[in-house]
Amino acid sequence: MSEEVVSELMRAHVYRLASSGQRVDGRGLDEPRKVTLVRSFVNTAEGSARVKLGNTDVLVGIKMSVGAPYPDTPNTGVLSTSVELIPMASPTFEAGPPRPDAIELARVVDRGIRESKMVNTEKLCITPKEKVWIMFIDIHVLDFDGNLFDACSYGAVAALASTIVPAKVQGLGEDFPLAVEHWPVSVTTVKIKDILLVDPSLDEERMADARLTVTTDENGDIRAMQKGLRGSFSYDEVKRIIETSQRVGRGIRPLLQSP
Amino acid sequence: MMEDIEHIEKEMKLINADGSRLDGRKPDELRPVRIEAGVLRRADGSAYIEWGGNKVLAAVYGPREAHPRHLQDPARALVQCRYNMAPFSVSDRKRPGPDRRSVEISKVISEAFSSVVFKEQFPRTSVDIFIEVLQADAGTRCAGLTAASVALADAGVPMRDLVTSCASGKIDGVVCLDLNKEEDNFGDADCPMAIVPRTGEIVLLQMDGHLTFDEFQKAMVLSIGAATRLYELQRDALRRRYSVTLEDILKESPPARAPPARELDQELDRDREVEPEPPLPPEDDFGAEGI
Repeated sequence: MSEEVVSELMRAHVYRLASSGQRVDGRGLDEPRKVTLVRSFVNTAEGSARVKLGNTDVLVGIKMSVGAPYPDTPNTGVLSTSVELIPMASPTFEAGPPRPDAIELARVVDRGIRESKMVNTEKLCITPKEKVWIMFIDIHVLDFDGNLFDACSYGAVAALASTIVPAKVQGLGEDFPLAVEHWPVSVTTVKIKDILLVDPSLDEERMADARLTVTTDENGDIRAMQKGLRGSFSYDEVKRIIETSQRVGRGIRPLLQSP
Repeated sequence: MMEDIEHIEKEMKLINADGSRLDGRKPDELRPVRIEAGVLRRADGSAYIEWGGNKVLAAVYGPREAHPRHLQDPARALVQCRYNMAPFSVSDRKRPGPDRRSVEISKVISEAFSSVVFKEQFPRTSVDIFIEVLQADAGTRCAGLTAASVALADAGVPMRDLVTSCASGKIDGVVCLDLNKEEDNFGDADCPMAIVPRTGEIVLLQMDGHLTFDEFQKAMVLSIGAATRLYELQRDALRRRYSVTLEDILKESPPARAPPARELDQELDRDREVEPEPPLPPEDDFGAEGI
């Protein structure tokens, strides 16, 4: 995600600590950073949430508009997710059209929400084949301190859960909240040499060999996965990562669900 | 649709019978403003401002290597600003990325800061200012500029002074300070400006609508008055971020134990020995005649 260099000293330090089950910021290897959530941060949006995962700071806004459905799904609303890695958030982010990492990030967040069927999109159909609601999830990264996959996903889930569809101004009856039916939680693990670390900090992420994001639902079922970076995982490691993701996800879900 | 808007425009009363505005403000009253300095971790300097319904973040990086390289100036730093609105910051979703309006705003804000930053101290570099509008309610460029000043100071960029910005305009024929969204949409004129409070220099000035010369002067008086109030809020935000109490200092570095009084005396004596007072010249040096 960035070209910044991690010093050899820091690499050695992170690895030495991790070998004995410790981390630079004092967490356990399978312990995520603290998540703080402010809902309805932006009142020009139909739903919004500002999420801090450690020092990573993300603002997600939902805008609803009326448009045409896709021809192959004439009865369902449309979901569109985009991420802006604005240059404010990191010295390595640049202005301009989204780079591949921003596109991957947006697609992974989108996949978790779409595949878990978090929002019942059939209730967003206005006139079949003609008019449906379009949900725009716009993710604004404000401060980048590692693990955007999870921070953006939590923000998107919390923002959707607080969204009120503005039907009245469109002359389509009373306003209503989105029909939220499932609660996907994304948990990202990185591998440094032979050690697995949940919710990587910036330095951990930059020196990681491989990354795996697992999105699970409230039943612990897997709804989306994405492996990244050049390294590899053994089958055994993948199973361990999924189990950890289920457990960590269970810890974080109540926070996203709380009103 | 167009007829609807014209209809609303005719019906819309922006000034109440008692002379107050729709949100209850007097013509010369500013919306509530709150500024916080140092809110982001990665940026070299940052500030957050809430100004009425506006929520704006500003961040500063640099002075750092200027990109693209061909823009580098061998004699001074560039001051580059990027003003951007979040897609959800307005009621109709704004398509991400720069449009003509935000490119223009970025340019005039860059130029405003160029006149206060000591650019000659940092040749070949760039001071990058990022302004992100998270929630918009008219006057975002003024809010962004006011926050960016604080962010520049937070980043430790040497400047002649902070820059302070506020708009005035005309609604229902009355010159008013700091228009909100309805007033901006249905008002007669809007005139954002920015000044350097210590010198009174105007470093940004734009106007659209219709003002007589008299009305313009009234608007400027209002804006300059507001700027001095905002200047105090900016300085206060910086003070809150950087002021340290005596307790903080003592906690950081407890005072060294004072040497016992006797030693001090001896030291003073030693000093006296090292530097004996010059002997007075003999009286007869003045010669027989005296002075």
